[in-house]
Amino acid sequence: MSLFESIRLAIAQIRAQKLKSFFTLLGVTLGVMFLIAVVSIVQGMGNYMEDAFAGKFLGVNTFTVRRFPDFNMGDVTEAEWRSWQRRPYITVADGDAIRAVIPDSTQWSLLDMDWTTPQSRYVNGGPQVLTEAASPSFFAIKNLTVTEGRAFTELEDQLGSPVVVIGTDVADHYFPNLDPIGKELRIEGLPFRVIGLLEKQGSAFGLSLDRQMIAPFHSPMSRFIGHHDRVYGVMVKAQNPAAMTDLQGTVSELMRRRHKLRPEQPNDFVLESSASALTQWEVIKGILVKAGVVLPAIGLVVGAIVIMNIMLVAVAERTREIGIRKSLGARRRDILSQFLVEAATLSTAGAALGIGLGFGLSRAIAALSPLPTSVALWSVIVSVVLGAGVGIAAGLYPASRASRLDPIAALRAE
Amino acid sequence: MSTNIPEVGLSTTAERQAVTGRAGIAPGEDWVIVTRGIKRDYDMGGEVVHALRGVDLAVRRNEYVAIMGPSGSGKSTLMNVIGCLDTPNAGEYWLNGELVSTKKDDELARVRNREIGFVFQTFNLLPRATALHNVELPLVYAGVSSAERRQRAIDALERVQLADRMDHRPNELSGGQRQRVAIARALVNRPAILLADEPTGNLDSQTSEEIMRVFEELANTGQTVIMVTHESDIAAHARRVVVLRDGRIASDERRDAFVEKVGAGAI
Repeated sequence: MSLFESIRLAIAQIRAQKLKSFFTLLGVTLGVMFLIAVVSIVQGMGNYMEDAFAGKFLGVNTFTVRRFPDFNMGDVTEAEWRSWQRRPYITVADGDAIRAVIPDSTQWSLLDMDWTTPQSRYVNGGPQVLTEAASPSFFAIKNLTVTEGRAFTELEDQLGSPVVVIGTDVADHYFPNLDPIGKELRIEGLPFRVIGLLEKQGSAFGLSLDRQMIAPFHSPMSRFIGHHDRVYGVMVKAQNPAAMTDLQGTVSELMRRRHKLRPEQPNDFVLESSASALTQWEVIKGILVKAGVVLPAIGLVVGAIVIMNIMLVAVAERTREIGIRKSLGARRRDILSQFLVEAATLSTAGAALGIGLGFGLSRAIAALSPLPTSVALWSVIVSVVLGAGVGIAAGLYPASRASRLDPIAALRAE
Repeated sequence: MSTNIPEVGLSTTAERQAVTGRAGIAPGEDWVIVTRGIKRDYDMGGEVVHALRGVDLAVRRNEYVAIMGPSGSGKSTLMNVIGCLDTPNAGEYWLNGELVSTKKDDELARVRNREIGFVFQTFNLLPRATALHNVELPLVYAGVSSAERRQRAIDALERVQLADRMDHRPNELSGGQRQRVAIARALVNRPAILLADEPTGNLDSQTSEEIMRVFEELANTGQTVIMVTHESDIAAHARRVVVLRDGRIASDERRDAFVEKVGAGAI
């Protein structure tokens, strides 16, 4: 009997007993569904992390020259932490030196930041706001769009004008139902004029990206939030990933020279980028993916046991059919393949159903949570292979029992 | 009962003795079945039951033979051996010129597929399959292509006048129709023998006559038919009747001799 013939027979058998087949499939279906969903969630978390780091915190093709990493998800040892504290600060002079060695087309920004509580005459009190003092290119580096008003200019930065660009949360809270442009916002007691409003960005890691405000680096802001000539970091944005590697080389060399490091000494600064921040995430993701495969695998094992049981029952119920087939000339391998194909078809159908449900679950999670889940192609392929494999493994014992039935006894069965 | 049954072609006792007596030698090709000293023992929980104690049976091509006997006579065992569903403990069995008593499982499956067409008391049709699909089954295992399979199955159903019912499932057919589907299935792969086990056991007398007429026609067109039954009036349709008792052949004679004895109350 050909494989096609066997599959057709198996489908007819499954259709004849729909409800029973459905319960048989359930284990495999659930296993596959969770496999697809978990992998898509992990994938989604990955996309979210990459998106958040690359797009929102650290910028695309951007690195920040810092004393030590700010975004660090791994454990930092006590000794490591102490050695970081002994490192020299990054200064405004470092920033200027970096600007001098990078191509003109490359964007560059000094950056200081802290949390402050501004005051406005329209409302009493208010939440803390992430307050940044940066160079004009900061907006381009972070891909920030000013929807109302404007960003500050190079001239305003050089003059140290007390102007500020605010996020929508800040505008909503401190200027309720008012147009904030041109109004005054007091930061640490000093008046700043609001000149621009940032496009709404939403949140990342539960942190509102709209509760921030940005003033020129040389404005009085840096006096409140910076420490003399030290900076939080110097940001450099390359035009593409290849240029970024070159730039990192150039800047690293410059910084080593400025810090008078000997060749055998390690860097006493970091060039933090989304890639470097995400190395820890890659480790976590690896663990999650393994868990995402192992846990549903338990479901598949349960599914396999159910299939084996149902197939044993099917063999018992269809003893007479087996007897008839044998009397008509079916060989052992014909009966064996009939039941194997039936089990494999059953569990592959279960896997297919699970893939569908997994897609649905993944979509539902994407709709109901901020996770941008996405189903990985490999998880679909793994599911189909696992589905067929589970069926064959589970069907082997019942099928071999069926194939060894004595035709005379089988024909006499009720 | 018709009286003009052609008795030509029936083997004689002397011919049968000659062919069953030559142990180890392949019989001539006009002999479809030759068994020599067939024995079959069963171990029934420590007690050995001798179902067959040495059966010498020879059936020439185109014979129509009934095997009779009371229950426990060994006729079911003999039918299983002839049908290659069982193998004897001793003795040799030649089917259509081939020694099959030493064959293994899968080879026997092939022999059943090619050489034997079974007709059972309980029809043994697959309940969820249509008449056509049931008839196609032996061809599926013979590896016949699906187009040819379908054509041959339709032809076989036509022979039993059921072509118009080929899309019906067994539960949509009467007992007689089911048995005719089973006969079509038995014939579809052109077997050397049609082997019927109590073919009328589940049918009323009118339908039984109908089935017997089908067998009659098959025998008239050259099909070798072996029928196992415990009913003497059914056995009387065959042209030759073999009576089994205690695992041995008690008598093997032409139908008229048998009918005479039955009439005299000897059975």
